[in-house]
Amino acid sequence: MDLSSINPVLLLASLIVASTPILLAAIGELVVERAGVLNLGVEGMMITGAICGFAIAVNTGSPAAGFAAAAVGGAGLSLLFAALTQLALANQVASGLALTLFGLGLSALLGQGYVGIKPPPTPKLDIPLLGDIPFLGPVLFSHDLMVYLALALVAAVWAMLKYTRAGLILRAVGENHDAAHALGYKVVRVRIMAIAFGGACAGLGGAYLSLVRVPQWTEGMTAGAGWIALALVVFASWKAGRVLLGAWLFGGVNVLQLNLQAAGIAIPVEYLSMSPYLITILVLVIMSADKSRAPASLGRVFHASQ
Amino acid sequence: MKIKLEKRPQPSRRWLYLSPILAVIVTMLAGGALFAALGKNPVEAIATIFWEPVFGEFAFYYRPQLLVKGAPLILIAIGLSLGFRAGVWNIGAEGQYIIGALTGAGVALALYPMEAWFIFPLMIVAGAAGGLAWGMIPALLKVRFGTNEILVSLMLVYVAEQLLAAMALGPMRNPEGMGFPGSRNLQEYPSAHNAELIAGSGMHWGVVAALIAVIFAYVLLGRHILGYHIRLTGQAPRAARFAGVSPKALTLFCLGTSGALAGMAGMFEVAGPTGQVSIDFNVGYGFTAIIVAFLGRLHPFGILLAGLLMALTYIGGEIAQSNLGLPAAAIQMFQGMLLFFLLAVDVLTNYRLRLVPRSEAAA
Repeated sequence: MDLSSINPVLLLASLIVASTPILLAAIGELVVERAGVLNLGVEGMMITGAICGFAIAVNTGSPAAGFAAAAVGGAGLSLLFAALTQLALANQVASGLALTLFGLGLSALLGQGYVGIKPPPTPKLDIPLLGDIPFLGPVLFSHDLMVYLALALVAAVWAMLKYTRAGLILRAVGENHDAAHALGYKVVRVRIMAIAFGGACAGLGGAYLSLVRVPQWTEGMTAGAGWIALALVVFASWKAGRVLLGAWLFGGVNVLQLNLQAAGIAIPVEYLSMSPYLITILVLVIMSADKSRAPASLGRVFHASQ
Repeated sequence: MKIKLEKRPQPSRRWLYLSPILAVIVTMLAGGALFAALGKNPVEAIATIFWEPVFGEFAFYYRPQLLVKGAPLILIAIGLSLGFRAGVWNIGAEGQYIIGALTGAGVALALYPMEAWFIFPLMIVAGAAGGLAWGMIPALLKVRFGTNEILVSLMLVYVAEQLLAAMALGPMRNPEGMGFPGSRNLQEYPSAHNAELIAGSGMHWGVVAALIAVIFAYVLLGRHILGYHIRLTGQAPRAARFAGVSPKALTLFCLGTSGALAGMAGMFEVAGPTGQVSIDFNVGYGFTAIIVAFLGRLHPFGILLAGLLMALTYIGGEIAQSNLGLPAAAIQMFQGMLLFFLLAVDVLTNYRLRLVPRSEAAA
């Protein structure tokens, strides 16, 4: 084993890249949960976004078109969930699971002709001056646009929830949908919009996996990233800023275990590959002590007559 | 005119039974449209999936497969249904299934080549204990720390998959296997082989266990105080707590039982139809069983029928794959659609659809 082969600059730079897919999916799910809806279909929406983005990027040659398609695909799939839970008033846990099972099948079907193909490269922004700063340059300022977009999205969601009227309405709907309804807010409409936003974010996260992080298409390639994103929202106590922290933690664990694998540490690869999931469980245990932050109407069915 | 949902005072008994049937029919129609979009004859494809395995030319070969594929689904779904009724969401049955297979096969591989009557029963106990232990992790964490059992049980699926790979490549690898991954084949080890009880029937001990589980669950839910507590907790959690039901004990029971049943299913599979511990041993029964549980209305006899129907789509899907060139993923999507439509038509059980004029709806 040669630990000196691990370069801290590359490690931190790849941490940022590794955390981006779950960061995107988690910030979307955070908005959904703040609106009082528990969508367990993140994994399904992510993998659907991964193949939609991949297919469009390969066919058009444009990664940007791919990301746009991924957002549309993820949002489209999430509208199925919205129809089930908001219009047909189905159980949210079961509907979310259905979405994940359906999304995994759909993506495998769509992705048949795309195994073993390389996607068009997503260009890196070479920011002049900033990129030349030693250490910080390669870590922070040498990534592609999506990395910065994800960070901007986190900031936007934070500001939206904290300072805007729309954020206030969204939180009201999530905390007490009956009161929000009595005040005249359109509970169902707000929730459907939140679900679609969450779907688009999950789709973007999935596309980041298939277009940048891996980059190729394999069946079931998200491998639980969507579920880790769900755990991240709990970890973050439903706060946007903490999602970022959590995403870096998970990204870091993942990158570190991959680096240890490459460095030939004397632990079988399989046990290292378990570590992100075990860390997730550990973090859930630590964070679950404080449940008070969960939106009060989370997962409850809303029907105007009751 | 506008469609309005009106809550029924009580769930409609008629729709309780009709909605799964309606969901299957709608899924067949949507599935037919999907197959047509893939350039296949929809009628032929649906007939291949649902008719061929039971009544077709080679039905004598496929009918036993129905039991082989149905047994693990039913066994797992029965366990899941207890939890789902009480609002305890174990969705990591796939992981418990893998661990049960590993512990069950582990006993056999440790005792190889000894021949004795007690080896197979010991494997069943080990398989159930392995699944139980894996299921108790999310249960204990939930009871002790309030951790979400959905996320923990699911994370443990990925851990179990990695453990399976580690075992197939490491400690459990066949020493005479010329370095190939995978364990010894238990089908060639008479004391450990979960053989067919009647040759050519597909009936193995896992099928027997599944039938016992169905009857056990039926009696438990209908006749035993514990089953009553499970149902009460699901329908009125607050009332259940006032009635002295301990949610913690119920969580432990539901996750433990479903874990043990899933572990047993894995053990029967590894000792019988599959034969060996290999990297790709698990094929998603643990997840499909979630669909089976809901399709069977969380009722033991319903699950029995739903499990057989789901097994049919697996077998028919394989036939359609080889005869019509239908992609395997299309079948997977077909199964996912079934759960979707089921949840959608379920609205009719709890609500009444009413057409109301626009003006009245606005008021």
